[in-house]
Amino acid sequence: MFLLRHHEFESQAEAWSLPFVLEGLCAGFPSPADDHLEPDINLLELLIPNKPATFLWRVDGHSMTDAGIYHGDILIVDRSLTPRHGDVVVAVVNGERSLKRLLLDGPRPRLALENREFPAFAIPEAAEVEIWGVVRCNVHWLRGRR
Amino acid sequence: MTVFALIDGNSFYCSCERVFDPTLAKRPVIVLSNGDGCAVARTPEAKALGIRMGQPWFQMRDLCRTHKVAVLSSNYALYGDMSARMNEVYRLFSPAIEVYSIDESFLDLSGLGGTDLVTHARELRATVRQWTGIPTCVGVGPTKTLAKLANWVAKHDPERGGVCDFRDEAARLPVMAKIPVTEVWGMGSASVGKLEALGCRTAADLARLDPALARRLLTVVGERIVWELRGTSCLPLEEVAPQRKGCAVTRNFAGRVEDLPTLQEAVAAHTARLAEKLRHHGLATDALTVFFHTSTHDQGPQHAASRTVTLPEATNDTLALIRAARAAVAAIWRPGHRYSKAGVMTMSLIRAEDAAPPLFDGLDRERSARLMGALDAVNARWGRGTLLPASTGLKRPWATRFEHRSPRYTTRLDELPRARA
Repeated sequence: MFLLRHHEFESQAEAWSLPFVLEGLCAGFPSPADDHLEPDINLLELLIPNKPATFLWRVDGHSMTDAGIYHGDILIVDRSLTPRHGDVVVAVVNGERSLKRLLLDGPRPRLALENREFPAFAIPEAAEVEIWGVVRCNVHWLRGRR
Repeated sequence: MTVFALIDGNSFYCSCERVFDPTLAKRPVIVLSNGDGCAVARTPEAKALGIRMGQPWFQMRDLCRTHKVAVLSSNYALYGDMSARMNEVYRLFSPAIEVYSIDESFLDLSGLGGTDLVTHARELRATVRQWTGIPTCVGVGPTKTLAKLANWVAKHDPERGGVCDFRDEAARLPVMAKIPVTEVWGMGSASVGKLEALGCRTAADLARLDPALARRLLTVVGERIVWELRGTSCLPLEEVAPQRKGCAVTRNFAGRVEDLPTLQEAVAAHTARLAEKLRHHGLATDALTVFFHTSTHDQGPQHAASRTVTLPEATNDTLALIRAARAAVAAIWRPGHRYSKAGVMTMSLIRAEDAAPPLFDGLDRERSARLMGALDAVNARWGRGTLLPASTGLKRPWATRFEHRSPRYTTRLDELPRARA
């Protein structure tokens, strides 16, 4: 009657949380840790403190590897952050969406690449630049997901 | 005094697209309806080219090519997500909000007595713009109708910087004298015709109308509008959406459908979606209207068919509703016609827990609830359409195409916006 469309069910692991509550399992003495139980660590709150302003972006290219940002990584971009000197930002340069390091220590704002093998990127005088959002952090898997 | 604000997104769907695709910033942009039927959103540049709301796509294809208009299929996953984000921001600026539509919300600002509300509204606009990228306009007024009218002024008068305050009567009356009565919230074309006969042409004219006369002419609804335009609030904020009275799923086909099995398959798929919607809202129905028709733009024989079937008991069971819908299609289908659109709708909704069981041969409700629960759970976890009744088809050649749809930037991991590095 029902057809299961072919999807790969690889993410079947149950959601986990810390710390584990043992109280219900103890047949003998109650756990001495129960009185010291703390709320779970909420990773989402840490990474995405302002949800309506936060967007995920995908890194496309190798020009930021010296900053620890690799092709295929997922960026957590928070548009509510005011750009500061040294921030990694999603910048729109002449209509292209790109990832750059924002430098505000000179007479004019500059956007820098972070890969020693790439020539430095200088913004032409006439370029139209808009900071789309500040990258709050980068999601990079150390063990391949596929 | 009550104070309401109405905030809405400027060319909302188009603005959503522009947030993620900067190449659209300076081009005229339009968004087409479900199935690429007609224009449902236009940027000011597109309006300036003479593209009308609801204009069929095939009529403007050449115009769009000549003027390099960016034409996009509707991307409701994106618009819905952006709308939710905007409403989250609104909640930081107002203790109570009413989500009126996907791009409009009423805010209750009554409690913010000491605050400078115009500054407050400007900060709201600026925050929404910064956080979500969507430009908005805000209208402020002592009633919802005046807030909506003020919003219209904020949209049409660039001098106002996107905010218009209609709280002060002396300040708003001269402005209202220039607003055609058609722009007043709730004024249908029939009402406008009756008012014209009385020489009542502007919002200010309507505010001056004798409420008793308005009631005779336009029923109690019209009288309420007059009071609201005078500054007496009659329409409270509705924080909880009223129960839906009807529900429909209708789609244009990708091409034309002639044979009965394909037509049944399409209607079954629409019905499955309808049942899903009913369950989501905790509703059930005991009558289903199935319809399909040919296109008036086609040559050949024309046929528009519609049939309402009643079910022995109100239900939201996908399989029971599909059985009823398929039978209805078979009863009214005619060979030799090229159908262009089909839909299912229901106007008799009740809360699922109020559904009375029939005397004989009722559905096994416990079994149905478990099966539907499992179906919804699987689809919620692995994506809509993972688990579906075979009668709704697998290849779905009829399914509407979204030929120009942009990526679902905010809801799909494999469609995230890409930053060149």
